[in-house]
Amino acid sequence: MRRTERNERFHRWLSEGDTRLDTMLAEEYDDLTTLKHVYESDAAAAEETSRAEAEEKAREAASAPLYTAAQAHAEYDVPQRSRALYLLTALLLCAGMIAVLVFISSQLPSFGKSENPANNEVVERYVEKGMEETGPVNIVAGMILDYRAFDTLGESNVLFTAVCAVLLLLKLASSGNAPRPAAAPAETEEDLILQRITRALLPFILIFGCYVILNGHLSPGGGFSGGAVMGAGLILYYNAFGAAAAERFFTIRTFRVVSVSALSFYAVSKAYSFFTGANHLPSFITAGVPGRIFSAGLIPYLNIAVGLVVMCTMYGLFTLFRKGDI
Amino acid sequence: MSLQLWQSIPFAMILLPLGSAALTSVLPKRAARLWCAGVLALETLLSAFFFSKMLSFGQMYTYSMGHYPAPWGNELRAGPLEALVSLCFAVILLLSVLGGFRKLEMHVEGSKQNLYCALLMLLTCAMQAQLYTNDAFTAYVFVEILTLAAAGLITARSDGKGLLAGARYMVMNLVGSALFLLAVILLYDLTGHLLMSPMKKAVLALHETERYHAPMTMVIVLLVTGLSVKSALFPFHTWVPDAYGASTPITSAVLSSLLSKSYIFLLMKMMYRAIGMEVIAAARVDDILLLYGILGMIVGSVQAIAQKDLRRMIAWSSVAQIGYIYMGMGLGNEAGMAAALVQLLSHSAAKSMLFLAADGVADARGSSLLQRLRGAGYSTPVFGVVFTVGALSLVGAPLLGGFAAKACFALAAAERDGWRMLLVFAALAVSTLLNAVYFIGAVIQLYSKPDVAEGAKARTGVLSAVSVCALALVNLCLGVFASPLVQAIQSGLTLFG
Repeated sequence: MRRTERNERFHRWLSEGDTRLDTMLAEEYDDLTTLKHVYESDAAAAEETSRAEAEEKAREAASAPLYTAAQAHAEYDVPQRSRALYLLTALLLCAGMIAVLVFISSQLPSFGKSENPANNEVVERYVEKGMEETGPVNIVAGMILDYRAFDTLGESNVLFTAVCAVLLLLKLASSGNAPRPAAAPAETEEDLILQRITRALLPFILIFGCYVILNGHLSPGGGFSGGAVMGAGLILYYNAFGAAAAERFFTIRTFRVVSVSALSFYAVSKAYSFFTGANHLPSFITAGVPGRIFSAGLIPYLNIAVGLVVMCTMYGLFTLFRKGDI
Repeated sequence: MSLQLWQSIPFAMILLPLGSAALTSVLPKRAARLWCAGVLALETLLSAFFFSKMLSFGQMYTYSMGHYPAPWGNELRAGPLEALVSLCFAVILLLSVLGGFRKLEMHVEGSKQNLYCALLMLLTCAMQAQLYTNDAFTAYVFVEILTLAAAGLITARSDGKGLLAGARYMVMNLVGSALFLLAVILLYDLTGHLLMSPMKKAVLALHETERYHAPMTMVIVLLVTGLSVKSALFPFHTWVPDAYGASTPITSAVLSSLLSKSYIFLLMKMMYRAIGMEVIAAARVDDILLLYGILGMIVGSVQAIAQKDLRRMIAWSSVAQIGYIYMGMGLGNEAGMAAALVQLLSHSAAKSMLFLAADGVADARGSSLLQRLRGAGYSTPVFGVVFTVGALSLVGAPLLGGFAAKACFALAAAERDGWRMLLVFAALAVSTLLNAVYFIGAVIQLYSKPDVAEGAKARTGVLSAVSVCALALVNLCLGVFASPLVQAIQSGLTLFG
């Protein structure tokens, strides 16, 4: 009931501009606060209705859309003229910035010349000795997971940070007596075409994702791309069969176990290799025979870890935005 | 040269919180908070030990992150200056987090506190990584972590204000990150290196031959603009009052005192180590920084005077204090840079303390509006006194950190001749006066005779009281031991490049 009413208002807001809804929300907000004051002044009434009110408040807090909550604090009365001036200035600044950057890019070393500064001893060693030193046939994997592994360790934690931040923002309350909004997961309609095609495609998508990850040190690909393929496959499955079906094999627990163990493995194994590298200690990780599936030292395993993290992140972010939980 | 075991401490200080982040995110809230506090305490001990070792070692050394040497692999680089800043950051982080845990319980829902702790761990890791890294791209990766983690920390307080603040923060900071990334890309294109030290050699060679002059100027502009957007230099400060004023105390304390400083430190590092001060000076960036720094000092203070809310007032004063740091960087001499670093440390210590104390004082009255805080200093003696100490430090009372910073600025300006010296002197005088107007005004308000009947004394959490007192002690130390501090910074700066 509540939900449909709000949806209707939101659609009206979309079609009729923002001022009407904003004033409405502002009034509603004012009403709520005055109402609260009235109750507070009357002790007897407050005691009588305190339970009902607390419940109502909890429900309100749990289901108050973020948009409404944020909007209640936004300034409403920006004069029309200064907004136009603002837009104009922003436009001019952007145009100026674009012009300067285009000019600068015309001054840069021209693309692909052999005497460019970027073609120096760094690239030379990556290309010529990359396979021999780090083991993978796909030297890009050697660069990102061995030569510059610290960057990639940070990069996979960027994804984890994003998930944590979104979880903190969107995850619905699970504690206390606040009831979860009943109809939270907007369930997909049964779509026969989507379901049949998903059923046919999904095995191939997942197998391809696994291939890209596992073969990442032998052919173009690796954890990031393979993980994205697998994550997309899971999202497709969710869209076709709905939350209940997806929760049979992927819950918040799965998410936690998989991403935490992948990240921990990554951090621990790389800590070992950084430490041995910096102190010139012998390491038991060797490059192996390039071209074999079990070669290139840690790289295949790191690819698997990165792939799992990326897959979980993509699917997790999607479901969080979809229903406020994984 | 083989390394000693203690030289692995920077590596441990980065990897320890990184490994803990994933773990904390799945622990129950009490265990997560304990783990988080434990790791921060360990970081503090490690950095203190490292600093003492570094003082006697007295040199720079590099620590390769992996089996490949300088231009091919990632590396860390540590010297006395990094060790000092890292120690201050670790101490302030630990104390701010301990001081704010009480309010975290109220502001962040129980089932999400572990996520909050995980983000704090990521922030710790990224700040330390940024201090020690010797690689421009690694710095960018950790800038990303800092940005996202901070956005999460701001929105953690689940009310409307926090969300709005988070959205504003995110927009401005992503612009800053993008500009910084562009600068790094252009630098790579022009020099072929991502590691800072070889990058500087290539930049100097280009500078002498005058090749790629326009792109190099653009690199400097993008670098300085990007990082000053992220550290809230004057025209880019609009996200500050909301982000610091509306979030839970740990967030405001950590963000205002440490996060912006770690971007500034990164900017200094890029200036010294990746581009070289002579190239920077030739591009005349220092005058621009000087000008905007001074404008920020004045505008921030004037806005702070106009605020009716104590926390927003402190947030605006951050804008002014960041202005001081940029003014020092813009003076264009070594003494100015050293003064900027003294200010960086003393402001970190004072600002986190002010936010925590302001929150404690506001709790006594149930509101942080200045007019409601009349006499609140009597109901929470600890927070009232600590707030006064912080305010005095930022105004520049002797024996406190802020005084040392202001003295350093004046001495550094005296080395320059002509309009720069006069401008800096005038700015220092005016801004000190303005600082005094709002800070002393707030202190007087706190200790006026209350016009409402005083209720029971507000409950002060023992942990937060102890940690704000410890922060006050840190401020006092920064002020009393100013001359060894300045010496350490100056000797660190000579090795920094």
